[in-house]
Amino acid sequence: MAPVLEVSGLSTVFHTRAGIVRAVQDVSFSVEAGETLAIVGESGCGKTMTALSLMRLIPSPPGEITAGSVKVAGTDLLKLDEPGMRKMRGSQIAMIFQEPMTALNPLLTVGRQIAEMVSLHENVSRRAANARAVEMLHHVRIPAPERRAREYPHQMSGGMRQRAMIAMALACRPKVLIADEPTTALDVTIQAQVLDLIGDLRKELGTAVVLITHDLGVVAETADRMIVMYAGRKVEEGTTKDLFADPSHPYLQGLLASIPKFGAGEGTRLREIPGIVPALNNLPKGCAFAPRCSAAVAKCQEAIPPLETKRPGHAAACWVT
Amino acid sequence: MLLDVTDLRKTFPARTGLFGNVIDRVHAVDGVSFRIAEGRTLGLVGESGCGKSTVGRAILRLIEPSSGTIRFQGDDITNLPPKQMRALRRRMQIVFQDPYSSLNPRKRAGDIVAEPLLVHGIANAAERREMTEAIFAKVGLQPRQMGLFPHQFSGGQRQRISIARALALGPAFIVADEPVSALDVSVQAQVINLLMDLQAQDGLSYLFISHNLAVVEHVSHDVAVMYLGRIVEHTDKATIFAKPLHPYTQALMAAVPVADPSVRRDKKHVMGDVPSPIDRPKGCHFHPRCPLAQPRCRTEEPVLREVQPNHRVACHLVA
Amino acid sequence: MSDALYYARRYPLGVIGALILIIFVLTAIFAGVVAPMDPLTTNARASLAPPSHTYWIGADMMGRDMLSRMIHGARISLAVALGATCIGSGLGAMLGLASGYLGGWFDLIVQRIAEIMQSLPLLVMALVITASLGPSLTNTIIAIAIPLIPNVARVIRANVLSLRELNYVEAARAIGMGRARIALVHVFPNTLAPLIVLATAQLGSTILTEASLSFLGLGVPEPYPSWGRMLSESAAEYIRSAPWLVIFPGLAISLVVFGANLFGDALRDILDPRQGD
Repeated sequence: MAPVLEVSGLSTVFHTRAGIVRAVQDVSFSVEAGETLAIVGESGCGKTMTALSLMRLIPSPPGEITAGSVKVAGTDLLKLDEPGMRKMRGSQIAMIFQEPMTALNPLLTVGRQIAEMVSLHENVSRRAANARAVEMLHHVRIPAPERRAREYPHQMSGGMRQRAMIAMALACRPKVLIADEPTTALDVTIQAQVLDLIGDLRKELGTAVVLITHDLGVVAETADRMIVMYAGRKVEEGTTKDLFADPSHPYLQGLLASIPKFGAGEGTRLREIPGIVPALNNLPKGCAFAPRCSAAVAKCQEAIPPLETKRPGHAAACWVT
Repeated sequence: MLLDVTDLRKTFPARTGLFGNVIDRVHAVDGVSFRIAEGRTLGLVGESGCGKSTVGRAILRLIEPSSGTIRFQGDDITNLPPKQMRALRRRMQIVFQDPYSSLNPRKRAGDIVAEPLLVHGIANAAERREMTEAIFAKVGLQPRQMGLFPHQFSGGQRQRISIARALALGPAFIVADEPVSALDVSVQAQVINLLMDLQAQDGLSYLFISHNLAVVEHVSHDVAVMYLGRIVEHTDKATIFAKPLHPYTQALMAAVPVADPSVRRDKKHVMGDVPSPIDRPKGCHFHPRCPLAQPRCRTEEPVLREVQPNHRVACHLVA
Repeated sequence: MSDALYYARRYPLGVIGALILIIFVLTAIFAGVVAPMDPLTTNARASLAPPSHTYWIGADMMGRDMLSRMIHGARISLAVALGATCIGSGLGAMLGLASGYLGGWFDLIVQRIAEIMQSLPLLVMALVITASLGPSLTNTIIAIAIPLIPNVARVIRANVLSLRELNYVEAARAIGMGRARIALVHVFPNTLAPLIVLATAQLGSTILTEASLSFLGLGVPEPYPSWGRMLSESAAEYIRSAPWLVIFPGLAISLVVFGANLFGDALRDILDPRQGD
């Protein structure tokens, strides 16, 4: 099956007073229809910037996509002009954000916002657009969708708003849905509901999902494949099962060892990754993780390790493992 | 017993009329009782709006409780006048969630940590400096970083400064209000280990407030689960994670994503939203979301009772 | 000293602003030495004389040297502008801090009074105050400062209300700090940024309020010159026939406001440790 989203060699920089910040460097991946790919990493690793680059929503200036291609069903988004890109957003590739309250317009009803999205991309009557809005709200399992469509964002709970955001994002049946920390602001019981919903819709509509998160639990439960980012680069890639069972990169090994697990027993000490994430405008010469890595050898300080296939379907960028 | 909280209640006015008369009240904390012994950690778990943070602040009297009693090291501190309360603050402290808003951006890290000593008139300037250096070392910061401002530290380091400030007066008890929730995964472990090391060294007691069950399981000795202002289940850690009895505790545990793709269980997730604390459901507050709810649950409020030794549950269905 | 040099290099615009202000203040202080002529001596033959060798920037209707009047006028204008802004912002900040931090009845009363004061135009209030106090420099400063208080108080109060909720204020209470000390140590310094912006913005309007008061005979009494009055007296009548009467006082006011804004912006950044690196 041909991938619906193909990203290759994507690089995004920010020109700041403190120098050039390399937010995303040479990131490549692909996602098939109905598949969920998770992009995992800590704050400042470039995962959100990757998402915004896919949507071409990087504020420019100071941001700039310097290289690469983002192909959605064969069309390279980076080659489109702005009006062409606008046509793609929502209809081919859509995005949901961490904080639905700030992503929805507080002065318009939820139904109106979804309908607007539909009439922007499809030549339909106002009535049909409104009907689609109600249908979408029903689709994301919001009870009494006719009534809810007439409500304003502040009248909804956080979980309900995120559902409405998903309804809006999927209203025009995009091929790709980018979800940037979609459940981070939600309570655990609501998070579980929203993750279930995204999973179900993906199956029903065959949408390819790019899930951006820092939560390895969320990844383990929802993603088919995952890529791990550190300091703007992809450091590991593979199926979720494989990466959790046998991580190659010391960074993922450290991450997995540092999270408390259910039933780990009394008095076990968590493994720490010493130090802090490096500043993106002042990266070390070699592997960006080397200063925090217990396995680092001299070579790690010297050159950036290339991404190598360690096993079929599992690649990592590490000189040591 | 280090801390003994009995029937703690806190209501906030939700809506006030034209003349300041209260029309609606939020029952943020509604009859909460628990005890914490020396050197122990009670994990207080719940979703947003369940009142867990209010409990922490009310114990420290940063918020005045509406009713109930708080006994600390044997003394009733519920109505202690401000002056005596100030003296007591040397023994009980708090660490906040947000490492950004919890430090004054205009003060240097060393001054932030030394401030409690200054306020309580402990030691002279030179001694204070020495003590501050020692505390910095204790929480894993470099004494040479004392001259830096908060924004020059990372989130994890800022949380260490917060902990250092709380430790400065040598407290016996610390309320840790979501202390690692805002931190990156790799840094969370550093701060959790630090808190546990400090407990081992100094015999500190914690009220560890968190929504993250895995973290709570890791640090706590006992766990209390709150829902809409009330404790619904309270027992030791091993029991609550192995055999949760309250349907809400069970739902909470089922909802937590597990970082292990091989245990992809077929989970039934609890439906619906957390109701507003202003307009709580009658009877058991959880009944609209409870898969096991009976007619009785809609009308009759379950009381928190001991169903097994040291295991309290508020549910009609638990024998 | 090395600090000053460091900041000077970092904030060149702030240095320009400071220089403008310093030059004006020095000119005002040494007006007697700097001014080429006596600002009050009239000369009928030089009435409305255009700029020339004798009268560098012209002469007014009564033949008084504009440059000398401007230099002497700086005294009154700057005294009024700086005095009224400092008093108004200072009192307003204190009230706003107390009102926002203490809350309760005190806050309620202060806010209602501020609302009543704000419902009256600045000029009308100043008019009433000078009319009852009588015209003099001090009274003018007071009259202009008082109407500034409610604006500042409300901005600072709003700021304090949001600062009060921050964890570090709660942490200060948790370590047993008293209310007054928290307000001064943890809350007030963090309201400096809006306070400076507000104060520099008000500087210009105080000069113009003084002008209006003087024009109505309620400001600093004649024949002592102030920029505001020089501007307002000639604006309507001479803008076509003798534009220098309008241009130069206007330019002076603009320059002071400009200088104050540049300096204020730099000061705000210097006082914020987050801008340090």
